[in-house]
Amino acid sequence: MQSFDAIVIGGGTNGMACAARLTKGGKRVLVLDAADRPGGAAVGGDGASGASQMPLAHLLMMLDPRVHAGMDLDQYGFSYAATDLATTALSATGDHLVLEGPAGASLSGSLSDADRAAWATLRKRLLIYAEALVPFRALTPPRIARKAGNDMLGLAKIGLGLRRLGRDEFREFLRLFLINVADVLEDDLTDDRLKGVLAFDAVLGSWLGPRSPNSLLVYLNRLAGEAAGTRAALALPKGGMGTVADAMARSAAASGVTLQSGARVERILIEDDRATGVVLTSGETYRAPTIVSAAGPKQTLLDLVGALHLDTGFVRRTRNIRSRGGAAKLHLALTARPDFRGANPATRLVIAPDINMVETAFNATKYGEVPERPVMEIVIPTAHEAAGASDPHLLSAIVQFAPHDPRDGLDKARKQMLANTLNVLEDHAPGIGGLISESELLMPQDIEARYGMAGGNWHHGELSVEQMLFLRPFADAAQYSTPIAGLWLASAGSHPGGGISGAAGWNAAERILSGVAA
Amino acid sequence: MSYDAAIIGAGHNGLVAACYLARAGLKVVVVEKNDWIGGAAVSRELHPGFTYSNCSYVCSLFRPEIMRDLELPKYGLQVLPYEGGAVFTRDGGYLAIFRDHDANRREFARYSPRDAEAYDRYSRDIMRHCRFIRPLLMRTPPDPATFRPRDLAELAWLGRKVGEMSESQICDMIRFWTMSISDFLDEYFESPVIKAYLAVSAIIGTALGPMSPGSAYVLLHHYMGDVDGNVGAWGFARGGMGAITQALTASLRASGGEVRTGKGVDTVLVSNGRAVGLRLDDGEEIAAKRVLSNMDVKRTFLKHVDRDELPPAFTRRVERFKTRGSSGKLNIALDSAPHFPALPEGSPMLKGDLHFTDSVERMERAYDDWKAGRFSRDPFQDTMMPTMIDPTMAPPGKHFMSCFIQYAPPKIDGRDWTDADRDAFGQTVIDQIAEYSPGFKDRVLHAEIRTPRELEAEVGLTEGNIFQGELTFDQLLFNRPVPGYAQYKTPIRDLWLCGSSAHPGGGVMGAPGRNAAAEILRDTRAPTEMREAYAVV
Repeated sequence: MQSFDAIVIGGGTNGMACAARLTKGGKRVLVLDAADRPGGAAVGGDGASGASQMPLAHLLMMLDPRVHAGMDLDQYGFSYAATDLATTALSATGDHLVLEGPAGASLSGSLSDADRAAWATLRKRLLIYAEALVPFRALTPPRIARKAGNDMLGLAKIGLGLRRLGRDEFREFLRLFLINVADVLEDDLTDDRLKGVLAFDAVLGSWLGPRSPNSLLVYLNRLAGEAAGTRAALALPKGGMGTVADAMARSAAASGVTLQSGARVERILIEDDRATGVVLTSGETYRAPTIVSAAGPKQTLLDLVGALHLDTGFVRRTRNIRSRGGAAKLHLALTARPDFRGANPATRLVIAPDINMVETAFNATKYGEVPERPVMEIVIPTAHEAAGASDPHLLSAIVQFAPHDPRDGLDKARKQMLANTLNVLEDHAPGIGGLISESELLMPQDIEARYGMAGGNWHHGELSVEQMLFLRPFADAAQYSTPIAGLWLASAGSHPGGGISGAAGWNAAERILSGVAA
Repeated sequence: MSYDAAIIGAGHNGLVAACYLARAGLKVVVVEKNDWIGGAAVSRELHPGFTYSNCSYVCSLFRPEIMRDLELPKYGLQVLPYEGGAVFTRDGGYLAIFRDHDANRREFARYSPRDAEAYDRYSRDIMRHCRFIRPLLMRTPPDPATFRPRDLAELAWLGRKVGEMSESQICDMIRFWTMSISDFLDEYFESPVIKAYLAVSAIIGTALGPMSPGSAYVLLHHYMGDVDGNVGAWGFARGGMGAITQALTASLRASGGEVRTGKGVDTVLVSNGRAVGLRLDDGEEIAAKRVLSNMDVKRTFLKHVDRDELPPAFTRRVERFKTRGSSGKLNIALDSAPHFPALPEGSPMLKGDLHFTDSVERMERAYDDWKAGRFSRDPFQDTMMPTMIDPTMAPPGKHFMSCFIQYAPPKIDGRDWTDADRDAFGQTVIDQIAEYSPGFKDRVLHAEIRTPRELEAEVGLTEGNIFQGELTFDQLLFNRPVPGYAQYKTPIRDLWLCGSSAHPGGGVMGAPGRNAAAEILRDTRAPTEMREAYAVV
């Protein structure tokens, strides 16, 4: 049997990025992926028809440039169908507001000059703060303890960068650091559509409402992402999100990574407090001195390792990782292109008419209920690429908020969620209901079942302040290592979180290659 | 006649600042718009024979260092600790609360043995956070954006203090400060009623729900107090909360300070960028070398200082300071002691806080109502009868009941409160009590209903916020009230803030007043006796 230096569990974006980086570092790497086709959240379900084949993720905005360049993705079939995607803040009356350029660099639609000016100022400030956070993404989170072997020079640079904002801006940064996004928007802006779409973006994928403190930082984190070389921009890969996964798989294979699909890991072998291999559900055993898990930290530590091998305090911290998914995913196959009252279908369409609608939708989720009027982000992939005349039009939407643990049971909640979502859609695109040939709605629990994300949270753990940086997934496991020698964490559940980025996997590989003992 | 310091507002912080300044030999006058002294720490007879603590109602946060410095016990202040209280559950049961940790633990075990175990760990962890934060109450926050030696030294002091903790303790602390109380409690407890009880301190007075991140810090804010060194304990001031401000006034007068009531301030007089005195509503002018404002920052600068004297950037910041009120209050005179069938006959629990909200979810839903601009039909209330401990507050056999209500919005659906709204709000509260106490309504002799509107009108708290500004991180420490002006100084020389808008914020604590006085005395280099914060043991 071939021998490996490292086994990576999970062939999603982070697993692939990690494997590729390890291979570059001279390791022989085996990637084990449970699905038939690797790619994790970047690929869809195994249904035969269009709607059920759509992936969980539908836009690129966080793809780590190190991963993009380091894996030479452009050489392996990756390209963009659209870059710098505009966003349309939909209005039920057709009075849409279009945010063009990265993070709404320019606004078109009826809007007061005062709001335009205020947004330009606020946007500039937020982007400066986001820029200051960018270097953190490529860093192993520092440790708080003295003499912890931190990269002090790197940290000092980042600190200096923040300080260089100037005294007043630095003060403003400290004030806004943990503020809620709604207060900031209401202080500066008056237009409901603009405030609504920004509030929506801030809490997209999180378990926070726009009035929850700390929500601005989550927005800054989003703005710190990039697509196609532009900060805070959105992009759509040619051929759909699955092509990102395919390009990664091809690149990894070309560089010598061995990939095995349909290989579900049942447990990690631990001998003398050391990870020595993995056992598959099929009974096969693979051994390697380094095991990297791109499965979520909860799943890795509680299911694949087991409490038996861990201290009680460590187990408690693992259990306390909060991982509530608040988003549902809607896939529709349509017989004709829907008309959102004249909105350009080749933009990202957001239904979040004001801050309160976003907040109210979140309210229900707190109690395990389905919101009556959910808010959503819609992408129509078929509006970007020519498809065959007989092919259906596809619509992909992230619908917020959906309860991760519905009070009345999953089936009832899913049905209700679908009905409520279609109601809201109908208001904005009259007649869309009659065009639907097929629909699929994934509740957070469905997402958990399909993609193995605890609680259906995209980030394998909420991306909230108390679970960020050196607190991600928690303090004793934030440097990608675990108390079990040879076992590393590399999922979105580790710093800096997910979003089809690969950063966590790449960072973990860098850490492993640096020779620090796990 | 000219004073060394004129202080606007005879609330507890204004009086504390005045006392310290007077003791240092400054000639001090306090002017108060109301005919009575005390601001939000008052005892008033609003129904014959009954003394109401009609705003703040319990005493714990008031710093014992200040009590001793200003010799308040000598001037009549006596704090009576009370036994815990009870949370009534919807199924007719109750959770009893005790001051004693072990008694509490035994009671928790009735609901969940696991929670009883967790309570030890929980108390230990909370105490550690308290121990860190409490000394900060009595210090001026450093400005992290300057390189002044004093700020750097203070930051270094903070750094050393953080360094005393282990890595995982530091991380736990950062988590605690940024988490919601609901998430925090979920990490320890399973029983809804226990969580409901423990979450209370995190929402009192604040515009956050128990599921809002940052609410765990607010819990700490209410936990930092103590009665007789018993950290986290609460007590009644004998004679109502006015006893605190009365004792302060007596202490002030003994050191030569003056208090003038019925004197509303019109404008802070500013000349060449310096505060030089006050002009009162009646036209009288008081000359003073410096002015201290115990009003909140919005009221001070937006209503009583000429806008032209202020840097526009500062005014903008002040306008954006968040002061949304979230609380209401009912003060009720009772003909006889109410009966709560859920409690055993003669239960000592009646001497403490009574809560009727038995789950965090119910609290959060009440908060959702607040966010939507309405008062909740199922509000949270912290209700108590001080007369159970201090019978002097009502005629023999009769009782005074204080109900603190969370949440009440500053505006109803965007419009001002009306009298009808206020009465409906009061009725909701009384109905809720009556659910658990048959015949309660028949015992009510008089009820004073206070919404944020009444709080603003009487005490001057902008939007009725009882902390003179919300307690979220963007308005705490060096951010409070405005970044760059968190050291009690303002853009106008010799105009100082000494109220709860300044660090460390609200509650009948006295710390902002004391710290402001400390800054002024440092400025004037006057000799002073001021205690450092006591350590938490």
